[in-house]
Amino acid sequence: MLSQREQSIQYSTMVLLVEDHPGVLTKVSMVLRRRGFNIASLSVGHSEQPGVSRMTIVVEGTGPRIKQCEKQLYKLIEVLNVYDLTEYDRVDKELAIVRISGQGGKRAEITSAAQAFDAEVVDLGKDYVTCQITASPYSIERFLEMASDFGIMELTRTGVVTMARGRKAGLGAQSVEQTEKEVTSQDGTL
Amino acid sequence: MSNDSKSGRRSGGQIICDVLLQEGVNAIFGMPGGASLPFYDALYHYPQIRHYLARHEQGAGFMADGYARAKNQVGVCTSTSGPGATNFVTSMASAQMDSVPVVYITGQVAREFIGTDAFQETDATGVSIPVTKQNYLVKDIDELPRTVKEAFYLAKSGRPGPVHLDIPKDIFLAETDAPIPDEIEVRGYQPASAGDSGMIRRAADLINEAKKPVIIAGHGVAISEAWDELRVLAEKVNIPVITTLHGVGCFPETHPLSMGMLGMHGMYYANIAVDQCDLLIGIGFRFDDRVTGRVSGFAPNAKIIHIDLDPAEIEKVVQTDVPIVGDAKATLAQLNPIVGRAETDTWLDYLSKLRSEHPSETPPDTDQFLPQHMIRQIYKHSDGKAKVIADVGQNQMWASQNFFYDHPLSFFSAGGTGPMGYALPAAMGVQVACPDDEVWCVTGDGGFQINIQELAAVAEYKIPIKIGVMNNGHLGMIRQWQNRFYDGRLMGAELANPPFDKVAEAYGIPGLVARTKDEADEAIAKARSIDGPVLIDFMVAENEDCMPMVFPGASLAETVEA
Ligand SMILES: Cc1ncc(C[n+]2csc(CCOP(=O)(O)OP(=O)(O)O)c2C)c(N)n1
Repeated sequence: MLSQREQSIQYSTMVLLVEDHPGVLTKVSMVLRRRGFNIASLSVGHSEQPGVSRMTIVVEGTGPRIKQCEKQLYKLIEVLNVYDLTEYDRVDKELAIVRISGQGGKRAEITSAAQAFDAEVVDLGKDYVTCQITASPYSIERFLEMASDFGIMELTRTGVVTMARGRKAGLGAQSVEQTEKEVTSQDGTL
Repeated sequence: MSNDSKSGRRSGGQIICDVLLQEGVNAIFGMPGGASLPFYDALYHYPQIRHYLARHEQGAGFMADGYARAKNQVGVCTSTSGPGATNFVTSMASAQMDSVPVVYITGQVAREFIGTDAFQETDATGVSIPVTKQNYLVKDIDELPRTVKEAFYLAKSGRPGPVHLDIPKDIFLAETDAPIPDEIEVRGYQPASAGDSGMIRRAADLINEAKKPVIIAGHGVAISEAWDELRVLAEKVNIPVITTLHGVGCFPETHPLSMGMLGMHGMYYANIAVDQCDLLIGIGFRFDDRVTGRVSGFAPNAKIIHIDLDPAEIEKVVQTDVPIVGDAKATLAQLNPIVGRAETDTWLDYLSKLRSEHPSETPPDTDQFLPQHMIRQIYKHSDGKAKVIADVGQNQMWASQNFFYDHPLSFFSAGGTGPMGYALPAAMGVQVACPDDEVWCVTGDGGFQINIQELAAVAEYKIPIKIGVMNNGHLGMIRQWQNRFYDGRLMGAELANPPFDKVAEAYGIPGLVARTKDEADEAIAKARSIDGPVLIDFMVAENEDCMPMVFPGASLAETVEA
């Protein structure tokens, strides 16, 4: 769960398309570290293009500092595209698995609370309920807040993955460039 | 043996040598070891590539750096795995910060041993990530031809930098038919050429209207060989030209429009000119803190045009009015035809008056033998034609201040990371690249001892550099700071030195000593008459401070002269 400090921070959400080569994840995280950018979450996986991995990185900070971050990432030879999607309408999703304490006969209560969050019960024990939730990081935070009333025994989160909403499915290079043009033509709002 | 063919079945070692030849590399600096012996065995069959045995891999790295800077081409050095590779790190960091194209070839343990803590195994590419432009651990022999070619392409193109090839021992031996490609394309890497024409137009408008413009020329001008275009711009518009440490020589320093170097130890008038200018045209420089002083007080009244090849340098430090991402030469070629003479006479008159009232470049007139005199005497004797490689510290600043560099690529210094020990090996590399030029290594007595072991290679290969040790018995720059900012509490600033002339003699290099200006004249004349390397131990005044100076945290306007 987020600390007090983390809750007060402004974050930027970036998508990177990178060559699927050994060491690229290290290079990306090292650039961010040595330029002083804190990573809130980072997730990597395949993209629609063979040989190209896609990363969603949430970093602390906004504005000109993030512009600099973007440029530093571009300097990595393996980085093909960097998109700062912070200001875009986008789909943010994260998966969390939480083992919640069911002690004191609270299992039923937990199960029905989970329903309200669209969380799924994936395991059940004598004194615990394990839920899986796929939602925006914000909804996950709210779910965890609720769960912490019962007691969180174990938690794992994937980190957020994101995609901009737009006419084109996916977020290939073209679609974002197009979306960007649309944004500018509409005076910077989407 | 098919030495320069592009195809046919070849070993990894041969492939690397073939690419070296294709790239016009005729020298390689290094030290062998277990993991790189197969590479050395390949080199054995390529007499066209001369190997210089360094006595420390850091020395080899700086030799390749000097070679690369002097030729504006890729320099190559090599080491074994483990300690050989880690000894390279200081030179990699310097080449990275200073944008110098060096290809590092390190041996690695054989593939089957990688990850097992094998003898002399170090994760060399893990170590080199933050200090190289790109690095590779080559695990597939079929990929080697392309990867080696790509290393050269990346090192030299765009904003140059060091590229590290880590080659497992068995890859040097493995064979492949894969050809060496002629052209390299790397998706995700498109260095800029000329800047945006709209932006160049805007720059021209500002330039044509400026009353008090200055040009700051940096390393980018040297790298893109834009010195002719720079001169056209300055003369056509009538703009004074100031350089950074790495820009020294890009504009003739005896030219009436030259205002010398700016920065922490820049010329007083150069710093004041920047402080008071209404338009600052920065070409190929990165607003380094040693240049700008306190950023909030930097060129407070100026509009700023910034031309740089690296987009990440634009607005990294200061906000600019006209950002131009582009190669200096190509951009100036587009800019020059659309600028005209500006009304800068009043400004130039003001600056020349300022300069005559504050002649920072003139050493104090005294009978004492000052460090500044040493540099001025080398200048006079060599008729200003020598190439000078400075080390780090006071000697570096005096070497830039007291010699008037009229030729591009004639002053070299590792300004970005400031690694003491740079000058001797770098001077060797410069001399290897330019065998017919007069090359002076100017070094402090402290920094000299960091790579003093390379005297062995100077002697072995009879590299005819002239080594001037500016011997002030101290880590001079440290003494200066401790005197000024730590109330004179000298701590670790004094040096107990060996007689450097005798050290040189022991290596088989003639050694001379100069204790006065007259002795210095004699020694320099003698050194220049000797066909081969010479060392002169210049015993200069011990307590001279390097001035002018912008104190840490101060702005250029607050330049202190004494
Ligand atoms: C490898 C390394 N270690 C330490 C320093 C810090 N440093 C900067 S200047 C300097 C003193 C240099 O003394 P010397 O070589 O005698 O030159 P001088 O300043 O006297 O000309 C030192 C120690 C450095 N730049 N590089």
